[in-house]
Amino acid sequence: MKSTTEWIGGDGFREAVHELVRLAACELPADVEKALSDARSAEAPGSPAELTLSLFLKNIAMAKERQAPVCQDTGLPIFFINHPEGVSQRQLTRVCQDAASWATAKPYLRHNAVDAVTGKNSGNNTGLGFPAVYFTEWDDPAIEMALILKGGGSENVSGQYSIPYDPLDAGRDLEGVRRVVLDCVRQAEGKGCPPGVLGVCIGGDRGGGYLESKHQLLRHLDDTNPDPALAELEGRILSDANRLGIGPLGLGGKTTLLGVKIGKLHRVPASYFVTISYMCWVCRRRSVRIAPDGTWRVTG
Amino acid sequence: MIHLTTPISEEAILELHAGDAIELSGIAATGRDAAHKYMVERLIEAPRPLPPEDLKLHDELQSFLRGGAIYHSGPILRNENGRWSFVSSGPTTSIRDEIYQDKVIAAFGLRVVIGKGGMGPRTLEACKRHRAVYLHGIGGAGVFNAAAVVEVLDVFKKEEFGLPEAFWKIRFDRFAGIVTMDAHGKSLHDDLAREFDMNFANVIKGV
Repeated sequence: MKSTTEWIGGDGFREAVHELVRLAACELPADVEKALSDARSAEAPGSPAELTLSLFLKNIAMAKERQAPVCQDTGLPIFFINHPEGVSQRQLTRVCQDAASWATAKPYLRHNAVDAVTGKNSGNNTGLGFPAVYFTEWDDPAIEMALILKGGGSENVSGQYSIPYDPLDAGRDLEGVRRVVLDCVRQAEGKGCPPGVLGVCIGGDRGGGYLESKHQLLRHLDDTNPDPALAELEGRILSDANRLGIGPLGLGGKTTLLGVKIGKLHRVPASYFVTISYMCWVCRRRSVRIAPDGTWRVTG
Repeated sequence: MIHLTTPISEEAILELHAGDAIELSGIAATGRDAAHKYMVERLIEAPRPLPPEDLKLHDELQSFLRGGAIYHSGPILRNENGRWSFVSSGPTTSIRDEIYQDKVIAAFGLRVVIGKGGMGPRTLEACKRHRAVYLHGIGGAGVFNAAAVVEVLDVFKKEEFGLPEAFWKIRFDRFAGIVTMDAHGKSLHDDLAREFDMNFANVIKGV
């Protein structure tokens, strides 16, 4: 039996993480491609929205064929890692950093890590908090690494509301949540590259809310929220957002969002935060499960 | 589909209207946040005479941007045997350059500003005054857009700004986009924003 250090330090493990990054950057998950294809079918033939969606689909095919990044803004790579007891998180972080550096040279990732004060680009996608790596310990003997590539344009239009929110008469209930989430979509217009996917967190503090909202972006578009109240709210916001008319790239159309995924955290009595992470149409999300015997499989 | 090739004349710009689909060929430069800040602060508004290094770049940019296009894009590139090529390079969000764009249009004689998401009243006014248009590219479609960049001719400020923010002098062959702000003062984004506001009000009320 290999030690966990040997397991994580091995060539097979490294190869699995490389494959995770390559697929995240170059091949969109099947459910996202299907949602874009369905959106195209819903638009009027010959409309700008239909043309735009057709070019999105063409781009997805070209990226896959050429093994090139679907979008040039490969964003901040965010790893969510589930691991068994006794694993070194520092070692796993180094594996993520090495994979980011490897992928930059391919090039599957853009030079994207910029020093916040000097403006100097590190040139290899590593830096302070870059890539971002978050850990959860679980009972499973395998390690699961999920990765999202979150572009800057969509991150810039993400937001956090503290309810009550006067401008929209939004109170501390799910109707208030609905209002502020739709406000975020309205404000984003075409700037977040719609049709987007929303990860939303109700509750928590400001920091925890953002993290949970990003975690929601790992969910598949066609899943169902186990919480019936949140499932209903997701459906309502999705249908309302698609009545705004913003459409692909904000040039008008029927599809403004491809999905809405909502989670919740306990809050303190004084606070009621609603946090929205906007993911662009290039919804890059992949996951790899690596078993202790070294076998692994990347999924959507 | 309307085809345009740089250098573009004032007359050709005046024939364009918001909503027109365009294919653009010819010479352009990429330039985004760092490049716009540099152009305004160090080339346009800096006291004369400019330091020799800045003057050289100023004259170089003047030589091919006049009548040409600037492309808000931070590309992914490959370098094979010393030759650069674009791998993925869609438009980036333009509104971040709103405080600079009017000055850059005026000083460098740009005819086309390419990006995504649209720009504000200052840029719209500059488009009208100096005969330019805003071309909305297909955001997120990095590989599709990179395929229209058929040649990388030069690069400026690569070390200082880093690869995504450098000025890449490129040749387009039929870069596709939609004119969303024209030289007649019309912005599709303004029209759409009014429609979105109306829809938003109804959706909030539950109508």
